[in-house]
Amino acid sequence: MRRAISNRAFILGFVVVLFILLASLPLLASQYAVILLTSVFMYIIITVSWTMFSGPTGYISLAPAAFFGVGVYTSALLGLSLPLPAVIGIGGLGSFCLALLVGALTLRLKGIYFVMFTFGLVELLLHFIIWWEVNITGTTGRMVPTVSNTTVYYLMLTVFTVLMFTTYFIRRSKYGLALQSIGEEEEAAAHTGINVTALKIITFAVSAFFMGAAGAIMATRWTYIDPRIAFNPLLSFMPVLMAIFGGMGQLYGPIIGAAIFTYLEEFLITRFPYHYMLIFGIIMVLAIVYLPDGVVGLLQKLWKRIPGRKHADT
Amino acid sequence: MPILEGKGMSKSFGGLAAVSNVDFHVEQGEILGLIGPNGAGKTTLFNLISAALVPKSGTIRFKGINITGLKPYKICRMGVARTFQAVKIFGHMPALDNVMLGSYFGMTPGLSSKDAVREATELLEFAGLSALKSTPAKDLTLANQKRLEVARALATKPELLLLDEMMAGLNPTEIAQAMELVTKIQDKGITIVMIEHVMKAIMKVCERIMVLHHGQKIAEGTPREIATSETVIKVYLGERARAGGS
Repeated sequence: MRRAISNRAFILGFVVVLFILLASLPLLASQYAVILLTSVFMYIIITVSWTMFSGPTGYISLAPAAFFGVGVYTSALLGLSLPLPAVIGIGGLGSFCLALLVGALTLRLKGIYFVMFTFGLVELLLHFIIWWEVNITGTTGRMVPTVSNTTVYYLMLTVFTVLMFTTYFIRRSKYGLALQSIGEEEEAAAHTGINVTALKIITFAVSAFFMGAAGAIMATRWTYIDPRIAFNPLLSFMPVLMAIFGGMGQLYGPIIGAAIFTYLEEFLITRFPYHYMLIFGIIMVLAIVYLPDGVVGLLQKLWKRIPGRKHADT
Repeated sequence: MPILEGKGMSKSFGGLAAVSNVDFHVEQGEILGLIGPNGAGKTTLFNLISAALVPKSGTIRFKGINITGLKPYKICRMGVARTFQAVKIFGHMPALDNVMLGSYFGMTPGLSSKDAVREATELLEFAGLSALKSTPAKDLTLANQKRLEVARALATKPELLLLDEMMAGLNPTEIAQAMELVTKIQDKGITIVMIEHVMKAIMKVCERIMVLHHGQKIAEGTPREIATSETVIKVYLGERARAGGS
């Protein structure tokens, strides 16, 4: 018991120190580090919010790119007329509402049908907006008002912090347990008094909120966007790969996965610009074959193997 | 007034009438047995009561209130809980969490986690599973998984419990234990409807039995009446069988 308490105090202390370090980073580190970490946080936000819904329920959503794109376009449309925090909030809310609507229509679909529909949503929005821009407004791309790299970094860090609190709260609450029960036996969950439909739709929408917010922030760094940049299908697959790579059993799994993956991407793109996708793919295949529980699973396995550790933490 | 009453219940799958025009009633505090050959429509009737399926026609009243067409979670929160023929447990969760979900989301929502743990622990003890509370549900034996389903159902604090073949696949000792559990649940004041193929158990535990055949109700009565009914013996127990009773 005492050990558990001191463990918790240790983790809390660690998180606080880490947070202070991250918050003071722009003062200490280079511009490059700030920009790289902004990308890392963007992927972490998308991956953690994806895991919030798809992890426990097993409904694999390929819609992140759609929700992210809604945020990007909100920034492009409202960036000049509203202050940035309001734009981010509206971007998140836009995705939230879209997810409510889509969730209500599709969360009765199971397995591969749900996967296909969510991916279809990305394509649908992409082509709808291309059509709209070409035929109605007569443009193909838009400029987004920019802000400094440090501001973008702090905004990402803020959204990340709110997301971590939300995820932590959900995982610890009875709703976290209920989401897991939906993934295990949805029918039994419904007959145990859980309003499965409402819970699925709301969680789906909450996760979409954070993706939209991340999109709205990220757009300001890109300065120019068009539908193909905003609704990039790769952004739908990345969170899935990152979450699998990191391991979904623990809260920090998707964070580690996203962080390593983003850094890896950056590293490979700069060193092997022509082969990076190929190398990336090979690493992914190896990870799925040899790390079924992700990096976190591997770490836990190694931790247990250290002699004398085996009984210490039970 | 009966606690549960169904009038003219019908349900068909394609051209097959799984349940056709069945009237039934369950009295407060009793144990009603539901028997019939495979495919007679017993589980379909359970699915209609618990709203897993929507009836083609008919109305169901629970404590006088029309509950036809409500969602499963609403039915559960009104006080009707069920178990499943093929166990549907939350396999990767510890037994305790399985039961806690019932406490959290059943008839009394808004329970603190402390109270939910206490309640779930008590129910696991009631079901004889206290030693296994942190075991993942998938690692339990079939008999214990069935008990776990019962504990989870009880955690929602039902007034009416629907048990779907709780004894199927159990050995004689486990059946005896299951029968004991059913009686203990009745002693708590909970009304029970049970589907069962284990004749010995149903004859001994139930106060009243209803027989379904090809989706129709063909008989209803005390265990003795059912065991001696010509129709029932012919369609269900076989020509020469004289089961039950004794």
